[in-house]
Amino acid sequence: MKQQLYLWRKIKDKGMSQLIGLSALMMVGILFLILGYIFIKGVSALNWDFFTQLPKPVGEAGGGMANAIVGSFILLGLACSFSLPLGILAGIYLSEFGRNQLGTTVRFAADLLTGLPSIVVGIFIYTLIVLPMKGFSAIAGGIALGIIMVPVITRTTEEMMKIIPLTIREAALALGIREWRTILSVVLPAALPGIITGIMLAIARAAGETAPLLFTALGNRFWHSGLDQPIAALPLQIFTYAISPYEDWHAQAWAGALVLIILVLGLSIATRFLTRGRYYFMR
Amino acid sequence: MADLIGGKRITIKELNAWYHSLQALTNVNLLIEPNKVTAIIGPSGCGKSTLIRCLNRLHEIIPGARVSGQVLLGSQDIYAPEVDPVEVRRRVGMVFQKPNPFPTMSVFDNVAAGIKLNSRRSRNEIATIVEKSLRQAALWDEVKDKLHNSGAALSGGQQQRLCIARALAIEPEVILMDEPCSALDPMATLKIEELIQELKENYTIVIVTHNMQQAARVSDWTAFFLLGELIEYGHARQIFSNPSDKRTEAYITGRFG
Ligand SMILES: Nc1ncnc2c1ncn2[C@@H]1O[C@H](COP(=O)(O)OP(=O)(O)O)[C@@H](O)[C@H]1O
Ligand SMILES: [Mg+2]
Repeated sequence: MKQQLYLWRKIKDKGMSQLIGLSALMMVGILFLILGYIFIKGVSALNWDFFTQLPKPVGEAGGGMANAIVGSFILLGLACSFSLPLGILAGIYLSEFGRNQLGTTVRFAADLLTGLPSIVVGIFIYTLIVLPMKGFSAIAGGIALGIIMVPVITRTTEEMMKIIPLTIREAALALGIREWRTILSVVLPAALPGIITGIMLAIARAAGETAPLLFTALGNRFWHSGLDQPIAALPLQIFTYAISPYEDWHAQAWAGALVLIILVLGLSIATRFLTRGRYYFMR
Repeated sequence: MADLIGGKRITIKELNAWYHSLQALTNVNLLIEPNKVTAIIGPSGCGKSTLIRCLNRLHEIIPGARVSGQVLLGSQDIYAPEVDPVEVRRRVGMVFQKPNPFPTMSVFDNVAAGIKLNSRRSRNEIATIVEKSLRQAALWDEVKDKLHNSGAALSGGQQQRLCIARALAIEPEVILMDEPCSALDPMATLKIEELIQELKENYTIVIVTHNMQQAARVSDWTAFFLLGELIEYGHARQIFSNPSDKRTEAYITGRFG
């Protein structure tokens, strides 16, 4: 009787852990399915021209997405230029001085902003910047992407600063190091690997955003002629090509998707690599 | 080179400390002698940590924490309104229960942190102070070849001596130690105890300890606390051989605590 019960428990135990293992496997499977599919579809249209040439007019074969790749980098650079300082400073504020009404409000606002559909951000920037500037522009696109990044950076910075143990802060204060110095020179460096990871996640998310660029950066078949002019971006180009009726454009859209994924993946791998060698607090 | 800096006398007058409405210390009066080791003993929660955190104004960084009374360092009241708590902390070093080297810093930078982040010194000056502090903390020989490795990679006992070196580098007059050996093995503990004996030549040392034998071994003066009150204070020899209060006797003979 007892023996049987034990056996039954063992079976349940085994079954349960196998189910959990299977779910984990499926999760990895989905990732590889997507990656594999895009790779197979995209790799055929990938060649040197893809990275160096402008898109060719309809009907002409060949051409590439060089302008869109460069455009994406410029847009992300613009986005980072204000979202990094703003997000990091706001995150430091929340973790170090945010135990008050203002802190609660900022935190709530950041969470709302994170949940905001990205197309809403696009419309907002369209009204606020594109209309007054009388034209689509790289600046408008960069601001839209930056707004999507800020709340993510703010909240990760806050969380990463908060998990630095109190004992580390006390050690610094007990040495007669001033509070702001302690925050910037002791707590922030300890939290940095986590913050950088958060920033990379934010950049990766922004890199793939299409909706907020539709009526801000607009897209451009040529090299952009200034930050106040429309600019191409990878997701926009993929979108345009994917909904077109032409076979070779479809192939290029897949190639664009592959490049986008490789960029994002490369970014997270580079992050892992860069933050790995740093001293990390142990135990 | 033992350039006698000399410790300072600490006079604690009618000290009270609170965490919100919880009173952790009640009317403490205590005279801590310079260049001696004073041990604070008593059961868990009796206010030992709170007391020493009042001596470098670290108590007040806890939200809702409050202090009343006077603590004179030499003749200066560190709680006088014009006194900057940061200045106090530069004169009163502290070593914590759990070794807490700065995780992102090398051994060298850990020791240099206090001087680097507080004042402008030349690289040479900093290097000199770092070496001197590590020697004082009896750690130099063990780390001189890995000054630029992570401080967190040292053993527990080495980490604690690193924390002592870090505190010494700012050239304080007083060193507070809150159960500095409770996370260490017996060998590492012995090293720290020997170190304390050397350090008292130059500093006033206050050590909190849970360990009765340790208090008897290292301290010149011993203060026994219970529920936030000073019960008995005297020469260590007297406290451990012939306590005058029944409660002290009960505690040191292990009948509670
Ligand atoms: N951060 C804190 N917040 C609230 N109460 C505290 C805090 N730290 C200590 N206390 C309380 O103050 C009293 C004294 O604590 P402490 O000084 O840490 O004692 P000891 O070091 O002798 O064990 C205890 O009752 C403890 O619960
Ligand atoms: Mg304690």
